[in-house]
Parts: sequence; structure tokens; C-alpha cells
Amino acid sequence: MAAALPLAVLGLLLLGPGGRGHAEPPRDTLREELVITPLPSGDVAATFQFRTRWDSDLQREEVSHYRLFPKALGQLISKYSLQELHLSFTQGFWRTRYWGPPFLQAPSGAELWVWFQDTVTDVDKSWKELSNVLSGIFCASLNFIDSTNTVTPTASFKPLGLANGTDHSFLRYAVLPREVVCTENLTPWKKLLPCSSKAGLSVLLKADRLFHTSYHSQAVHIRPVCRNARCTSISWELRQTLSVVYDAFVTGQGKKDWSLFRMFSRTLTEPCPLASESRVYVDITGHNQDNETLEVNPPPTTTYQDVTLGTRKTYAVYDLLDAAVINNSRNLNLQLKWRSPPEHGYVHYQPAQDRLQPHLLEMLIQLPANSATKVSIQFERALLKWTEYTPDPNHGFYVSPSVLSALVPSMVAAKPVDWEESPLFRSLYPVSDSSSYFVRLYTEPLLVNLPTPDFSMPYNVICLTCTVVAVCYGSFYNLLTRTFHIEEPSTGGLAKRLANLIRRARGVPPL
Amino acid sequence: AVAILLGLPLWWKTTETYRAPLPYSQISGLNALQLRLTVRVTVVFTRESVPLDDQEKLPFTVVHEREIPLKYKMKIKCRFQKAYRRALEREEEALSLGSMQEAETMLAEPQEQAEGSLTVYVISENSSLLPQEMMSYIGPERTAVVRGITHREAFHIVGRRVIQVAQAMSLTEDVLAAALADHLPEDKWSSDKRRPLKSSLGYEITFSLLNPDPKSHDVHWDIKGAVRRYVQPFLSALSAAGNFSVDSQILYYAVLGVNPRFDPASSSYYLAAHSLPHVINPVESRLGSSAASLYPVLNFLLYVPELAHSPLYIQDKDGAPVATNAFHSPRWGGIMVYNVDPKGYNGSELPVRVEVDMVRVMEVFLAQLRLLFGIGQPQIPLKCLFSGPKSEGLTIWELDRLLWARSVENVATATTTLTSLAQLLGKISNIVIKDDVASEVYRAVAAVQKAAEELAAGHLASALIASQEAVTSSERAFFDPSLLHLLYFPDDQKFAIYIPLFLPMAVPILLSLVKIFLETRKSWKKPEKRD
Repeated sequence: MAAALPLAVLGLLLLGPGGRGHAEPPRDTLREELVITPLPSGDVAATFQFRTRWDSDLQREEVSHYRLFPKALGQLISKYSLQELHLSFTQGFWRTRYWGPPFLQAPSGAELWVWFQDTVTDVDKSWKELSNVLSGIFCASLNFIDSTNTVTPTASFKPLGLANGTDHSFLRYAVLPREVVCTENLTPWKKLLPCSSKAGLSVLLKADRLFHTSYHSQAVHIRPVCRNARCTSISWELRQTLSVVYDAFVTGQGKKDWSLFRMFSRTLTEPCPLASESRVYVDITGHNQDNETLEVNPPPTTTYQDVTLGTRKTYAVYDLLDAAVINNSRNLNLQLKWRSPPEHGYVHYQPAQDRLQPHLLEMLIQLPANSATKVSIQFERALLKWTEYTPDPNHGFYVSPSVLSALVPSMVAAKPVDWEESPLFRSLYPVSDSSSYFVRLYTEPLLVNLPTPDFSMPYNVICLTCTVVAVCYGSFYNLLTRTFHIEEPSTGGLAKRLANLIRRARGVPPL
Repeated sequence: AVAILLGLPLWWKTTETYRAPLPYSQISGLNALQLRLTVRVTVVFTRESVPLDDQEKLPFTVVHEREIPLKYKMKIKCRFQKAYRRALEREEEALSLGSMQEAETMLAEPQEQAEGSLTVYVISENSSLLPQEMMSYIGPERTAVVRGITHREAFHIVGRRVIQVAQAMSLTEDVLAAALADHLPEDKWSSDKRRPLKSSLGYEITFSLLNPDPKSHDVHWDIKGAVRRYVQPFLSALSAAGNFSVDSQILYYAVLGVNPRFDPASSSYYLAAHSLPHVINPVESRLGSSAASLYPVLNFLLYVPELAHSPLYIQDKDGAPVATNAFHSPRWGGIMVYNVDPKGYNGSELPVRVEVDMVRVMEVFLAQLRLLFGIGQPQIPLKCLFSGPKSEGLTIWELDRLLWARSVENVATATTTLTSLAQLLGKISNIVIKDDVASEVYRAVAAVQKAAEELAAGHLASALIASQEAVTSSERAFFDPSLLHLLYFPDDQKFAIYIPLFLPMAVPILLSLVKIFLETRKSWKKPEKRD
């Protein structure tokens, strides 16, 4: 906006009834919730849900007034006569084997499925326009949804909310598996929240942490729900969900523990004043059975037990609207500690820096008797820079052998001898205790074959094209220089003279 | 030879771009179009308004025409076609009534006046209908009253007064200059006249309540009632200018982009005039674009400052607080700062419940809305009584003025679009012109011509419709995606494809041509030798 002019003159008088209407009680409510689940693999999952319920019939009203419900989505519902809309953006894959069943499953990439109302005449056109508009709202490439990747499932994807009829011709479903989810998708998603990212649970939604996770899934679900128990009228429900899975937080001492601050680099400072309910649930199932492996700090005021996903779960509940949990002087920084049984292990790991420093992994382990211990390291092969290939790429790369240093208990107790006097063959390693001796073992070096690109390819291409060109040129040359008519030998053009020159060089009699 | 005979036309046919014929000459003719805007003014003389012998000459028609000096390629002429006639019985009766209001209601009853036309009643010099010192009266509809005179050159003097009134109520230079602001070179007209919105088929009006501090303020506004009571009447009066859709939203934690300064003298905060342009951008990211339509959006923001920055005032360029505490941004919308009554904080704990006084807010927003549509303060001539608009906040002649401006603007926009389309198509010969694009172009040209004719005939309503059709058709032709299909095959790329194939083939052919040429020259020389 280039210019802004103060409005100085005002010559307008409003007539008409000037009664000031009293605003009716808010017809929309916001509930927000965060569930933190320590996963069996040691990772931590956090699931946000923001639910905005709006007691309004979007289709009927000509002029629409929005309070908590975002205007952009409300306009979509009324313009395209939507019955339900489900949109999710996911990065990564939920590993059910390690993480257990998820609350909200979503495919990798972008998924959109929409039920249109039965008043829509041209569903395909609406679908196309809708996906274009959504791609604008969420900065995603949903505009690549077209007839080639749209299907109309007939058995799956029933409406999740209220539905009069389930005529499948009003359902459209599309997945874009290649869609990359990034900050630019999160920002518009956050803007739809009434408290934006300024208060309440949404404070934790900091993009640079949310995308440093092994799984990130954000979704928008819109559906009609019953307004009251008798379901006489409908309300619109908007659920915005976000699930992330953080890698196990392992500290230097090998202890796993985390806190809100470590996960999100924020703490909860104030509740969202617009929310009617704002809670944090922490899954503390197994808190009591497994020798107190989990410790939650601050201790929860209430707990909640329920059977979810087939198992009985116990949750510690923190109500942000409760002044005791969170107030002006006190932020909520939930901490969860695994109090594991004491171990005598020591693990030191120094990660490699590319082309500067190798990996170093040191472990101090006490091995039980008659046991086999296997230490394995996974690695990924990477491509080298093209100047870094050795002249003989077939040889591969050597990984230096690992070292095993051990104090082995001696069969026979040795006599303590004077260190200086003893033979040289037994005095290299200092031995403090005569009942054991020191051994250092080395494993074989490892030869790793790195993928080697085909360096000869450009050369082959050049060879081939040169050959083809040469053959063509040669045949044309022959055609042009070879003359088939009888001619007086005396005269000859430049071409002939040239031909003769070449013929002489080739040892062929001249023309 | 057969291959050439068959292949060459075939190659020519398959690589040719289809170009439907376009009316290039007519499009270039549009540029030199003379727009003549005719305003029909009916001048009605009552019995004692002018001397009797003058009345004998009635009815007759006077045309007052002049050119509007704008630096625009189109010549625009404004023409007041005044039809003089005697008053009918009923009109005499109405104008002899005691008050202006009664006379007006009686006059307005039977006949419907065409859009853009005016009726001026000339009453006797000493009629008590107007206050003594007033010479004329401008009503809220398309009527005006002028005092007559008993003088030898009565018609001349009355005619001047009528023109004066008609110019106030109808077309004026600055209305047209504002409408054509985009097409005029940058000069004195530019900055202030760019305020009105561009002509469009529809507009979206969004009222947003910004509450940056919901912890302290629980703000309620009865926007539903206010829209119904104040905005809808105004918009339904304006409905000839386009479709309107209205919605509202409440945005929490939306802050202005500028930190207000603290003024210790009045213990209040203020936003200086120079910082106002920076206020809008951060807010705009929260407003959200309109997803549902392509019409331009007008934003009206009501900002309730946070507790830490209350009260907040807007200063004008001289540093004095602006009375309305509001400002507007051309073609974007308006912002009003609504300070919470400090008495509300006493005793009650946070959040304080705030009921917004919608009358105060809507007064400001409607005034801004008028400005954004280019309906400024009416310029009333001296010694003239102006009744002011009715409850919808818009007089009918103001609407007419807007429609005149819109029609001219539409014609200008359509002409520019068509001209640049013709230029583009002429410059890049690879663009495919499909039949439907061509038909849109024809339709647009016809509509522009029709609009010009209707304007010249003084039929405002049909001129507006024709001009809107012209804009729609011309833009549809201009933005048709089929125009882009072959655009990206420039000549150098074509050669890059053909040369690898043709060059090796051409070398032997050229060599043999050279050889043939040499042979023939040799055979020419031989006969000479024989001679």
C-alpha cells in the first residue's frame, strides 16, 4: 500500500434505527489438545488437535460473519457446497512396527478427499476448482490433481460426519505422493488457528523444530456434526491436527529424557483465551508396572484412563485453563524422564564431519560370561565428488578396523615382578592387577565398495557420433569425387585434382 | 518433383498456425473514437418563472456542448441537451406547495426518470419554496429547482443557472479524470484521483475486527445487525455498479506493523501519519485472501488496541489527532482505531467486556466506502440548498455520476485491452487465434461501439451494460489460455532443431549445385571456342 490518507472530513449522518444490538453468546467454540506419547522405540510422538465448532448453517446465509472459524475455509464450504473435506500433508512414514498404532494415519505426501453435497451438479468441475483454491490457501501443489490421479472410491471413505445419503458420485479422492511438506504449508495452516501461534498450545508450533522430526503430518478435517443431542440442526466442525514424532533424545550419559522445551524449543506460557478447553495429555501407561521407568514433572493433578486403539492407557492430564498449572510467573515445561535401572555402560560417540573427521564410537561394556555380543553399525553409502575418485575405482574404500581392548582374567595368578627387571615381552602394557591381563584385539579392515559412476559414458557418446559422422561424410565424399563418365584426361577441376591427390596418397591410380 | 509438389504444401499446411481474422482496422479505429456524453436535462418552466412573451416560445431544445480537456487519446465531449417545456398542471400544483419535501414527493410519484437524466424546475423569482437568499436547490433524486427571473434575457440567465446546477449534479471534469486516472499520464491528476476502485463486475467487502489482546479485551460487535441496517441499504443503492458480497471476521492476536509512540503529555499513544503506510502490510497477511471469487476485496478493519497501547490515536500530517481516528488506503480499504472506554477498566478484572458502538464505526466505514468508490463530497454551487442523501447515504444523482464514470472507464479499459491484444498478435506471428477468441474480440468491439452510441444518446443504463460486456469480452479474449500455446517456439529454437538434420544433407546438395554450375559455365564457354 503506497499511500494512506487520514480520513479528515466526514459528512455522513447515519439515520435509521440506531439501537445497539447485544451480541448473542458465542456460537462457536474452540478446544485444543496435545497428546504426548512415548513410543516403544524410545521416540516421542506429539499429536496436536484443534477443534473449532461453529453452530451455523453455512449454506443458507447470504452474508457470513466469522469469529473463530476461519473465513477462508468457511467461504469454501459455501461456495463449493462441501459436505466434508479432509486434507493432509505428511512427511515420513508412521512405522507401526516400532511406534505402535497411530492416532491419525495419513499417507506420505498430500491427500485430499472431499464429499460434495448432492446439490452440486458438476462435481468434477467443482473438484478441480476446489483443489486449485486449496493449493493457493495451503501453498501446496494440489493444483496437480486432475483426472489422472483422482478416483471415486465406492466402498471406502464413507463420510465421517453427518450425511444424508452416501451417493459415491459426490466423493472425490486424490493423493499426491511426491508432495514435499515444508514450512510454507505449515504457516497457512497455523493462520487458520484463532490464537494464531501467539497463545495456547499453538505456541509450540515452531517450524524449525517441527520439521526436524522423523514424521510430520498435518491435516484439516471439515465435517458437519450434530449441534445437540437430538441432532435437530447441524454445526460445522473444523479439526486441525498435527502429529510429529521426535527421535529419541539421548543425552551424553545415555539417559533418555525430554521436555517440552527440548522438543519444541518453547514452553507453554499462557492459555489461549478463546479456547473453552485446552489440555495436555501425557501417556504414562506402564508408569506403575515397569519399575517406575517414567517420571513426569511436574506431577499431574489428574489422570485419565481410557481404552484407545485396543489397549488400556493412562494419561496424565494438564489443564492449561487451570491457574495452578500455568500462570503469569510460571511456564509449563513438561518433563518426562526414563528412570532406567542403573547400568555400568559408557558410550561415547563422536559423529563424523564430512571430509574432516571420521566417526568415533567408544563403548565400555561389561560382558556376561559365555555370551556372544554383536555390535553393528549401519551406514549409508554416499557419492563422492568426482575429483575424489581414485584412479582405480574398483578397489573400494577401506574402513579402519575396530579395536577391542579387554582385561581378561588370568587362569593362573602371576607373580608380581619388578616391572623394570622383567623381560621385555611382558612389560609393554602396564598391569595393575596380576589376576588379569590386558589384551587388545583388532578386527579386519572393511572394504566398502562405493557406487562408481560410468566415467566412460561421455567418451562413448563422442566416439559413436564421430563414427557416424565419419561414415556419412566418407560416403558422400566418395559419391562426389567418383565420377562415372568418360572424360578427356587433360582437364580436371579442383575436385578432381584433390581427388587425385588423395588417391595418390592412398596408393590408388589417379583418375 | 512429386515429393516437392505434394510435400511442400503438406508441410506448409501442417506447420501453419491457425489465425482467425480479427477486426484490426476497427480496433485501431476505437483509439480515435470520439466519446460524446449526452446528459438529457429537462427544464420545466412554471407559470411565473419567466416573462410571458418568453413562455410563448416553449417548448424548444438547447444544446450546450463542450470538450473536456483531458490528456487522453480519446476525445471526450460533454453535451447537455436541454429540453425546455412548460410545466404540467400537476407540476404547477406541486411546486406551489409550502415546503420542498412535499413538492418533491408529489413530483417524484408518477414518472420514472431515466438514469443519467435530470429535471430542473424553474420557479418564479419570488416563490417561497426556497429560502429567500437561496437561488437553487438540489434534491436527493434527479431533480433540482432553480429560481427564475423576469428579465429581457431570461432564458439566457436561467440557462446559465441550469447549467451550473446540472454540472454539480452530473458529469464534471474531475469525475471523468478520476475514472480515467489509470489511462492518463502522470500529472496533477495522478495521486489524489487514484483513490477510487477500478471498475469491476463485483466487489467483496470484508469487515474485520482486530483484537490483538484477547486476554484483556473481550470484544463483541453486532456486525450482523450493522450490516443489515447500514451497509445493505447503501449497497443496494449502489447495486447498479456491481454485485457486492459482504462478510466479516474476527482476528485475534493480529497486531499492526508499527509500534505506536507514547505521548507523555496526554498519556496516550499515537500513530504518526508517515508511519501509516507500514501499518497495513503485516495485518494483511492475516486477513486471508478471498478464496471464493476473483472480485477485488475491500477491507475495513476495526482495530481495538491492546491494553498496553491504549488509548491510541492517529495523527495527521500536522500532528493533530484525527477526529475520526481512522484512515483509508486507496483501493484497499480503511482502518479505524477503536479505543476502549477507560472507565471500563475500573474495578472489573480482565478481560473487560467491550461492546462496540456500531453506529460510530459504520459512520466512518460508510464514509470511507463512499470515498473508495469515488463519491466525494458534493461540490455545491454558491447560494444553493442541498438536501443531503436519504437514509441509504447516497443520492441518486451521485450514483448516476458514478455510473457515467464507470461507463467511460470501462470503454477506456476495453479499448486499451483490445489495442494491446491487437498489437501483441501483430508482433508475434506464432500465436494461434482460435475462433472463440476471435468472436470475443468481435463482441468486445461491437460492445464498445454500442456503449459509445448509447452514451451519445444519453442512455446511461444500457451504456453501462454494454461497456461492462465490452470489458468482460475483451479480457476474456486477452487472457484466453489458447493464446499461449505456440508462443514459446521462437525462431532460434526452430533452427536448433532443423540444422542438425538439414545441414549434413545440404552440404552435398550445395556441392553438387556448385558442380552443375561449373559444368554449365564450361559448356557455355565451349561453343564460344568453336566459333
